[in-house]
Amino acid sequence: MILILLILIPFAGGLLSWLLSRWSDKWPRWLSLVAVGLDLALAFSLWIGHRSSLYFIGKETWIAEVKIKWIPGLGIGFHLAMDGLSLLMVMLTAFLGIMSVAASWTEIRERVGFFHFNLMWSLAGIVGVFLSLDLFLFYFFWELMLVPMYFLIALWGHERRIYAAVKFFIFTQLSGLLMLASILGLYFAHGQSTGTFTFDYEQLLGTTMSSTKALFLMLGFVIAFLVKLPAVPFHTWLPDAHTEAPTAGSVILAGLLLKTGAYGLLRFAVPLFPGTASDFSNIAMVLGVAGILYGAMLAFAQRDFKRLVAYTSVSHMGFVLLGIFAGNALALQGAVIQIICHGVSTGALFIIVGALQERIHSRDLEKMGGLWTVAPRIGGAGLFFALASLGLPGLGNFVGEFLVLAGAYAVNPGLTVVATVGLVAATLYSLWMVQGAFFGPRKEGPKVPDFGAREMSVVLLMMAVIVWIGIYPRPIIKAATRTVNTLRQTVGPVQSNKKATQPSSPGGNYDPQ
Amino acid sequence: MPELLWLIPALPLLGFIVLVAAGSRLSRRTVAIVGTGSVGIAAALSIFLGTGFLAYPPLSHHYSQTLWTWIDLGDFRPSISFYLDPLSLVMVFVVTVVGFLIHLYSTEFMSEEEGYSRFFAYMNLFVGSMLILVLADNLLLLYLGWEGVGLCSYLLIGFWYKDTANGKAAMKAFIVTRIGDTAMAVGLFLIFVNLRTLNIQEVMQKALQSWPESSALAVAAAALLLGGALGKSAQLPLQTWLPDAMAGPTPVSALIHAATMVTAGVYLIARTNVLFTLAPVVQEAVAIIGALTLLLAGFSALTQHDIKRVLAYSTISQIGYMFLALGVGAWSAAIFHFMTHAFFKALLFLGAGSVILALEDEHNMFKMGGLRTELPVTFRTFLIGAASLSALPLVTAGFYSKDLIIWSSWSSDKGGPLLWAAGFAGALLTSLYTFRMVFLTFFGEKKGVVNKRPGIRMKIPLVILAALSIVGGFVELPRTLGNFPAFSGFLNTVLPPVETAHGDLSLEAIMQIGASLLSILGIYAAYILFLKRRRYTEELGIVPISQAIHRFWFSGWGFDWLYDRLFVRPFFWAARINRDDFIDLIYAGVAWYNRFLHRALSLTQSGRIRWYAAGITLGAIITIGIAVIL
Repeated sequence: MILILLILIPFAGGLLSWLLSRWSDKWPRWLSLVAVGLDLALAFSLWIGHRSSLYFIGKETWIAEVKIKWIPGLGIGFHLAMDGLSLLMVMLTAFLGIMSVAASWTEIRERVGFFHFNLMWSLAGIVGVFLSLDLFLFYFFWELMLVPMYFLIALWGHERRIYAAVKFFIFTQLSGLLMLASILGLYFAHGQSTGTFTFDYEQLLGTTMSSTKALFLMLGFVIAFLVKLPAVPFHTWLPDAHTEAPTAGSVILAGLLLKTGAYGLLRFAVPLFPGTASDFSNIAMVLGVAGILYGAMLAFAQRDFKRLVAYTSVSHMGFVLLGIFAGNALALQGAVIQIICHGVSTGALFIIVGALQERIHSRDLEKMGGLWTVAPRIGGAGLFFALASLGLPGLGNFVGEFLVLAGAYAVNPGLTVVATVGLVAATLYSLWMVQGAFFGPRKEGPKVPDFGAREMSVVLLMMAVIVWIGIYPRPIIKAATRTVNTLRQTVGPVQSNKKATQPSSPGGNYDPQ
Repeated sequence: MPELLWLIPALPLLGFIVLVAAGSRLSRRTVAIVGTGSVGIAAALSIFLGTGFLAYPPLSHHYSQTLWTWIDLGDFRPSISFYLDPLSLVMVFVVTVVGFLIHLYSTEFMSEEEGYSRFFAYMNLFVGSMLILVLADNLLLLYLGWEGVGLCSYLLIGFWYKDTANGKAAMKAFIVTRIGDTAMAVGLFLIFVNLRTLNIQEVMQKALQSWPESSALAVAAAALLLGGALGKSAQLPLQTWLPDAMAGPTPVSALIHAATMVTAGVYLIARTNVLFTLAPVVQEAVAIIGALTLLLAGFSALTQHDIKRVLAYSTISQIGYMFLALGVGAWSAAIFHFMTHAFFKALLFLGAGSVILALEDEHNMFKMGGLRTELPVTFRTFLIGAASLSALPLVTAGFYSKDLIIWSSWSSDKGGPLLWAAGFAGALLTSLYTFRMVFLTFFGEKKGVVNKRPGIRMKIPLVILAALSIVGGFVELPRTLGNFPAFSGFLNTVLPPVETAHGDLSLEAIMQIGASLLSILGIYAAYILFLKRRRYTEELGIVPISQAIHRFWFSGWGFDWLYDRLFVRPFFWAARINRDDFIDLIYAGVAWYNRFLHRALSLTQSGRIRWYAAGITLGAIITIGIAVIL
């Protein structure tokens, strides 16, 4: 029941926000804040309640589950379930939800009710994606989070918002269609081999089919997730969408929507097609490394502050892709931590850029400069999250990147060395960004008020999360342990077979326990 | 008592947090007390712990303390733990004591500056990170400190952020060192994946057990760690950032870019000495790099105008000596020279700082002169520092430490005539450039007006460091002069002694006398060239060939020029050319093609019956045609 509530609360909050906005703009803001706050509290209570059981490897996979018949004739069920990974994702969603509502407090002044309606529904769709265990339901939520996001960009975005929104929509919609085709293909393949036609994830696991068929079906899933992630060469929707979206939209895009891609790979693409996925792992790892370097280089080239931050996402999500397909415990845990930390740190950078744009009406780095003098708090926050994104030890992103790279090194040392160059590249763009915006002589421009109490508490909370994960990531690691172990068990044997047939590939997966 | 160990790094970090959180609301006095006090208490604690350690040496030769497990993932279990053995004790002592003195000096030196609390916040963060670096019991925690000090170096070089040039120097420092750090990170992956631990002591044990000498893994591990050390310690080929780092405030140069952070590479190699012993090729490379660097930087130091840049090149050169020592297996000699160097180089930087402050931010030595009488305390202490740097025989600390290195580079089984010759020649260079600086700055005619004389808070550190620059050497006396190897004896539980191959006592005495004469010769030459007979240098300056050489040395042997063309410009070019992402053009092409089709097809919908009729007829003919042919 608690799982349904997690989805229902933002849905209801969104609707109410829209309805009550007739009276005052304050209503939608506070209502949305309460709704996501409630979600976070619920998720947190689940975490506290299952703190220890998440860690131990037991029979039980899920910490909470809901299974209701929906359209039994077609094998469609309303099946929600939560394990450590989805718990972490839901918490991230609620946390960033709170942050984005708070960050839009003064930015959004038009159609406030409808804005919060879209924001909440998008969040609800995302929570749904993280909890669905029925592929039909999953697809439903996958599409559901897309439409409100389209409106967020198209209605409250910046100069080229229509272009960006349409591009975003076409990319995700087309790749979503591929996934739908794969879902149907899997549905029929399972139906033909066993006689039961079902969309249920747990039953579809381990469906037998020919390897070509498996490859094509997997590619449908993988491409949809790679577009969302995004991986090079499917990334080009991202800079436009992120740059043109309003702050809350960018935070949700970078912090959460991209993560649905990573989550999809972890939850569906790899477990449903374990053998095929590990055959594909080399290509995926190369794509990940390409993303790390190419994204970093593009980020460095940008003059638009927001676009720069957008491209850093391409680079950071490359680490996630590398970690997922490196496939051992170290790399998988690293990917999970990177997912969370990237969500928080990039979200924070978008909030900072948004705050700057609200104040100086520009995102052009060459027109900024010297902001430290007038707004040291914004400068300090910007510096902090720039350091997080360059992977400074002591901050969470470092833990994620280090674990991913250390795990990947065991599988493919050569590629990992190339990926590590990304750390230098990240230094380049991060310092460039800080230098361009905050250091140097102050150029003429409008007065820039520093962060007020609301904005300061937003960034301080986000800093606290990053520092916490940086020096004590164990709770996160514990929460994800069971998921990671299950993943390794599904993928593991196939990998070791592969190792036997291909003695040239060094390393492999190893047992961390 | 060892339970207090964690406080040593924690205190400066606490100071940092207080200053960041409340700095702008505190008075300058409070800021100074918090900033200096936190480091001062840490220094007192480290002296207290150190005395205890000396008086009652622990049986295992170390104290250790674990605070918590940082990451817990199977056998990947690095923890937040500190490890105090003689080596880290020496480091902690130097970092906290010299750090405290420099903080004290800064309270006065920076008193007119904006951002007073920001300065002390960064400085405290630096000391905290440096202490984590030297106390870490595992390589991951060491890496945390390592990156932390790099960050502080960046922040403090760019402290005066309004000038873009400072920002660029700061970025250069961070990026160049990060290149080395990245090699080091790969080294950590390699070590963990192959040895399943990052704990330094376990790594060394397991490496000894499972890696044969000169095996590929041992060589790779040592080489990758060396990469990190080269970046941090500004050795060839990653030395280019240090001279530019002088853009930061002078106390920063004294603390970070002379006494402590830049010697982190020396510490790293000494700390993981087993890995380097297992990889003789890499160890030899360390010696060769050290020898080359000490000469190259020495020549460059000889040509600089900016007093801080002379000192910067001198630092690179002196760290070259330390690398030379490490390369020939004289581990404790390297640490000995690290300690004496920290004393006299910090002293020289602080002295230079008070000169610069007195002349209202004048860095050019050719516009100084005659300050001997104007700034007597600065002059006398600076002279002591210079004598120590030049290794003036018997009375200075620098003599004992540098002499040990030069002798080891001959006597060690890993040494040789070439390495020895480099160190020997370097001695002449050192005293030449050092006293060139002394004579230009303090002697000759007065050129500038002294506006500000150092107060008590600047004088005390100068005097204490001057005293340490003399007595600091007496803890290790060579066989020829009393044979009192207390320092290396203290370190021998961590750092194995030199493997001596040529240990002739009379030869040692002859070489010492030779090096001493060389040092005095250098001073005398500097006296002639830069004070007594200035026209010699002036006449030399007109000759084209010597001008060319001067320019070449002045620019640091053209490394910046080369890197600019090899790496910086191509990268900028590639980034700029692809700013709009060529991959996006492919998608744009698809979109364009669709729009083209859309337009082409909509043209056919013209609304004219004639066209429609023609279309129908044409279509019918083609269809029938196809049907007939098939």
